[in-house]
Amino acid sequence: MSGLLRRREVVSELLAPRGDALVIAGLGAPAWDITNAGDHELNFPLWGAMGGAAMIGLGLALAQPKKKVLVFTGDGEMLMGLGALATIAVQAPRNLYIVVLDNERYGETGMQETHTAHGVDLAGMARAAGFAQTLVVRTESGVSRLKKAIYAGEGTLFAQIKVDPQKLPLVLPPRDGCLLKNRFRAAVLGPQAAQQ
Amino acid sequence: MKKNADPAWPDEVHALLQDADVRQVAIVPDAGHARLIQLCEKDKSMRVVRLTTEEEGVALLAGAWLGGEKGVLLMQSSGVGNCINMLTLPIACQFPLPMLVTMRGDHGEFNPAQIPMGNATQAVLEAMGVMVKRADSAADVPEMVSSTLRLAFNTYRPVALLIGQRVSGAKDFRKLTRSGPL
Ligand SMILES: Cc1ncc(C[n+]2csc(CCOP(=O)(O)OP(=O)(O)O)c2C)c(N)n1
Ligand SMILES: [Mg+2]
Repeated sequence: MSGLLRRREVVSELLAPRGDALVIAGLGAPAWDITNAGDHELNFPLWGAMGGAAMIGLGLALAQPKKKVLVFTGDGEMLMGLGALATIAVQAPRNLYIVVLDNERYGETGMQETHTAHGVDLAGMARAAGFAQTLVVRTESGVSRLKKAIYAGEGTLFAQIKVDPQKLPLVLPPRDGCLLKNRFRAAVLGPQAAQQ
Repeated sequence: MKKNADPAWPDEVHALLQDADVRQVAIVPDAGHARLIQLCEKDKSMRVVRLTTEEEGVALLAGAWLGGEKGVLLMQSSGVGNCINMLTLPIACQFPLPMLVTMRGDHGEFNPAQIPMGNATQAVLEAMGVMVKRADSAADVPEMVSSTLRLAFNTYRPVALLIGQRVSGAKDFRKLTRSGPL
């Protein structure tokens, strides 16, 4: 055992008190992780659009300011859209929480090392961009603190969780984008979703 | 230079965005959009989101629609190149996405670096499955914007309106050089 946090346990713990929180997941393992915690109509897991997860979270957070928006994504996915950190920090929505599951690898494509394996400090980049809160999580107690920061506190928050580069069986969400979008909108907006 | 620039079109377009209940205006600036951006920034019902790259806007507006808000993406034609893979999102999930694209590398271009992307803009969008419309005179812009918004929001798809360089006029680099450094 590496002593590193295990991603599926971390994601399940962070989602346990989700209530009406809206959840986006970056493509690949983070999408499998949120699905493993329980497929949900308020989940929008991505099957592509690498680099876009945090920005989808921003558009959603601005549109639904009373709901918490959680974005789970990978270090590789976040690195592809680093400019989003600047864009989000300028908008600074209080209901947006970005959680990077940092295994220091491109897990989905064969565990090649990412930049975070070579010293790139993602949380530091978010801090420099102007995020109100940034944290690096390496322990169980860190996960508990993060959970409290999400559900009892305000964003804009960026958390980088160092996780074990485990290879895990896939847990697939539906992959029809229209189905995912329509059930999400119906759950958020009610019958009005079909009238917009 | 041909006098075709009608200063009223950005005001009319802004009114159309208001009528359509557009709340999020995602931008990487282009000179041709300067007045429209100003009008949107002054409008309390709209939030202008400045992007670092245009593809952020494609993702932003997918999120906006998930949350029940409408948005529009303003950019110049070179920004279309930055969006290509992210367009997967509105195409695969049928998200409405009106894109108002001011053309460079088009009518009377001076800058060679604008040509490759400007010349490929329409073909590249169409190759991705995006519907493309054009407005080549200022008088056409409001009607074409209205049609672009309706197509995108009523039929759930990305639609790009290419606003030709004849509308805002080609940038005159020689004149700018004479009047001092850029
Ligand atoms: C634009 C683009 N480039 C490359 C890929 C291939 N790809 C799919 S998932 C992935 C790695 C994702 O790594 P990360 O976000 O860190 O997730 P992990 O699996 O490590 O949790 C890559 C490179 C892609 N889908 N899209
Ligand atoms: Mg990774």
